[in-house]
Amino acid sequence: MTTTTGIQHISAGRRFKDLFVKALVYLAFALAVVPLVSVLWLVISNGVARLDLEFLTHSMRGIGARDAGGGAYHAIIGTLEQVLLASVISVPIGLFTAIYLVEYGQGGRLSRAISFFVDVMTGVPSVVAGLFIFAFWILFLGAQFSGWAGALALAILMMPTVVRSAEEMLRLVPNDLREASYALGVSKWRTILKVVLPTAFTGIVTGVMLAVARVAGETAPLLMTVFFTNSINNDPFNGPQMGLPLFVFDQAARPNDTAVDRAWTGALTLILIVMLLNLVARLIAWWRAPARGR
Amino acid sequence: MSKQIQVSGLDAYYGSHKAIEDVSMTIEPRSITAFIGPSGCGKSTFLRTLNRMHEVIPGARVEGKVLLDGDDLYAPNVEPVSVRRMIGMVFQRPNPFPTMSIYENVAAGLRLNGRLSKSKLDGIVEESLKGANLWNEVKDRLNKPGAGLSGGQQQRLCIARAIAVKPQVLLMDEPCSALDPISTLAIEDLMAKLKDEYTIVIVTHNMQQAARVSDRTAFFNLAEQGKPGKVIEMDETSRMFTNPTQKATEDYITGRFG
Amino acid sequence: MATNTKTRDGGPAMSRSASRRTHGEGLFRFLSTAAGVVLLAIMAAIAVFLISEAIPALRANEGNFFGDLVWEPNSSKVFGIGALAFGTVLSSALALVIATPIAVGVALFISHYAPRRLAAPLGYLIDLLAAVPSVVYGLWGVTFLVPLLRTPSQWLNEHLGWFPLFAGEGIIGGKTMFAGAVVLAIMILPIIAAISREVFLQAPKMNEEAALALGATRWEMIRMAVLPFGRPGVISAAMLGLGRAMGETIAVALIFPATFDISFQILTPHANSIAANIANGFGEANDIGRGALIASGLVLFVITLLVNMGARFVINRRKEYARVGA
Ligand SMILES: Nc1ncnc2c1ncn2[C@@H]1O[C@H](COP(=O)(O)OP(=O)(O)OP(=O)(O)O)[C@@H](O)[C@H]1O
Ligand SMILES: [Mg+2]
Repeated sequence: MTTTTGIQHISAGRRFKDLFVKALVYLAFALAVVPLVSVLWLVISNGVARLDLEFLTHSMRGIGARDAGGGAYHAIIGTLEQVLLASVISVPIGLFTAIYLVEYGQGGRLSRAISFFVDVMTGVPSVVAGLFIFAFWILFLGAQFSGWAGALALAILMMPTVVRSAEEMLRLVPNDLREASYALGVSKWRTILKVVLPTAFTGIVTGVMLAVARVAGETAPLLMTVFFTNSINNDPFNGPQMGLPLFVFDQAARPNDTAVDRAWTGALTLILIVMLLNLVARLIAWWRAPARGR
Repeated sequence: MSKQIQVSGLDAYYGSHKAIEDVSMTIEPRSITAFIGPSGCGKSTFLRTLNRMHEVIPGARVEGKVLLDGDDLYAPNVEPVSVRRMIGMVFQRPNPFPTMSIYENVAAGLRLNGRLSKSKLDGIVEESLKGANLWNEVKDRLNKPGAGLSGGQQQRLCIARAIAVKPQVLLMDEPCSALDPISTLAIEDLMAKLKDEYTIVIVTHNMQQAARVSDRTAFFNLAEQGKPGKVIEMDETSRMFTNPTQKATEDYITGRFG
Repeated sequence: MATNTKTRDGGPAMSRSASRRTHGEGLFRFLSTAAGVVLLAIMAAIAVFLISEAIPALRANEGNFFGDLVWEPNSSKVFGIGALAFGTVLSSALALVIATPIAVGVALFISHYAPRRLAAPLGYLIDLLAAVPSVVYGLWGVTFLVPLLRTPSQWLNEHLGWFPLFAGEGIIGGKTMFAGAVVLAIMILPIIAAISREVFLQAPKMNEEAALALGATRWEMIRMAVLPFGRPGVISAAMLGLGRAMGETIAVALIFPATFDISFQILTPHANSIAANIANGFGEANDIGRGALIASGLVLFVITLLVNMGARFVINRRKEYARVGA
């Protein structure tokens, strides 16, 4: 190209390929962001209209097929209770399983089996978890549809996530800490309780919150466990309840605009809850980062 | 083949941190130039500015001139890719591509510059492996993974890979520091042979090695901790090691510090 | 179990400890072992109860479960999984074909192209895509994407109709396999991208430098040192994504028109899947209907189990390989 240089340029073909791939990679990223922006924009712009006091404080009881108005109070209450119960079930089981894997299992057969099936459990479709609880809890044990049944299904979905994140956090605890504690004559279980768990605490909380955020948006397992209702049912142990994702699904499938408007507002509420959980989880993780001793 | 490098007034930065300052030197073709100096004084940094490998590190930049037989490596229309094609590099730790066979490793650079016929490729691979004193050891297992070789063999494989593209200059950053004495000797023999064809620059912490293999030596040092590194002295190796002009050089060579 | 194992672990057996301590130790070990066993029991129970509750319905089936292309367990007691299984496989395969290249591009963008400072926040942005609940994607899909895809679908049908997937007459576009697959692709993209990004970031820096020092361009460096290293990881990521797509329910339940035929014409309104059928059919199913849905859920469970175990197998092989290569 220039007269002064004896340094050859790379061939046009190579240069083109490099630029072409670069363009493709940037394009791929843009393509991936478009749906996110589109979803968020539509949920906000369509959902904000009905995000009023009535929506947050009323149920769908007595709202006719074409009526405007109505709300998701019953669904919000249901989701909060179901998610809380699911955490109450899955967090102890998940946490203790992680403790087993890290502190007691020592790579034995049982711990390898558990580890493998935790991975497999991660892949269980949520609808299958719902069907299982339906088959076991409702058909086999003869219990009724309830928020609690839904919580059982959600707990199954939460467990592997809780185990994996807690396991990761426990493994991050330096062995020196454990050994220092043993050296003081503290027994193993007290070491776990007083040294290991507190050190890993915030990390575990973050993992649990992310797991909660994930199951809070699950619809499919609710269909066959909490079933469905238009009314407020504050008791998760008795009778059908509603869930916010279920509310969105139900309203979205109805063939009139007032229902679809409610679906959007439900979706907005749901996203706000999920994003809030995500955000708090990240904040906790961030807060933990500069090694603030507990 | 084999070109001269002229550096004048070169500063190198990592972000706002100035790692080396005002380095000027001439590196002669068909000879071995050694860089010595205490850890952290910028030898690697300087070496990498010679083929623009430092640009891989975000925030790294240089000021000053580097001429390859009079051509400015940092001229605006010169791409780093072309510079590295002409100035090859061998790293401290042997780094053959783990997914490639011995043959593929040597051919990797050749394949970048257009298609070659199989027989031509075979020829260059053999020639390069012979050039790296490795042919006899691997000729029966060219299709085995390069990662299966010993450390010293891997390092020679990396040298074969570097010389397969017929560069003008070969930069080596502590090429023997991860190797045992026998492998080190093999590499040193190889360097002595390669200098007939290439301009060779080697960074080493081993004074004996510098004394054994190099024709000229440059001593790098920091004025003090936190200050950028500088070239304190550069001369014929024989003179540097017997009769250095600077006190710091003498102290370093005789092992009084560093 | 709790008493005879207490000396086996590496913990300090403190002889001066009071019995309360030994108690605590035993209890703690028991609880954590029990929790792990509960987890295993749940996995076993899923298989057992799905099978036992599916059997009565399968017995009552007057058609062929693996042959018939109908789903009428409530009325005529004839139901077959064929069309549903076909829809599940086709829709998730399409989703995978759409999502994988984009996800790999996204992963490369974050690992090797984006400016360093932006890489982490941009990666977080992609993770957010995974945080959106699937019912929201369903709502977005039916109200926004389905109408949006109508024109491109018709264009594809008109100009590339010779290609079997784009063939078809009559209604083109709308609630189709194609629209569902696009939504599924968006939903599985984040997981494929996240895992691929991790393996690309793990590609040895020294090999990347070796490639660059040979005079490779960025793309050539990626092809030499990053992609070969990352390939097993990307494959298993894609398989995990496939498993996700197969089990994804609500979004496709809102989009698929619930037909029961086998059609490769993805631009015509013929689409269904096992999961969508469960969601759509559960509410109005009677006993046999619910049993039939459980049977279909069992099939879905087995398929996703195989896919996920395959993915784990590839990942574990890769771990061994990475250890050898290091
Ligand atoms: N990637 C980097 N980012 C920021 N600073 C760096 C980087 N690499 C090196 N430095 C700094 O530049 C200076 C010179 O480092 P360099 O690696 O060139 O020294 P060296 O002489 O090769 O040392 P050694 O003999 O230990 O290899 C040091 O202060 C070092 O901290
Ligand atoms: Mg160095």
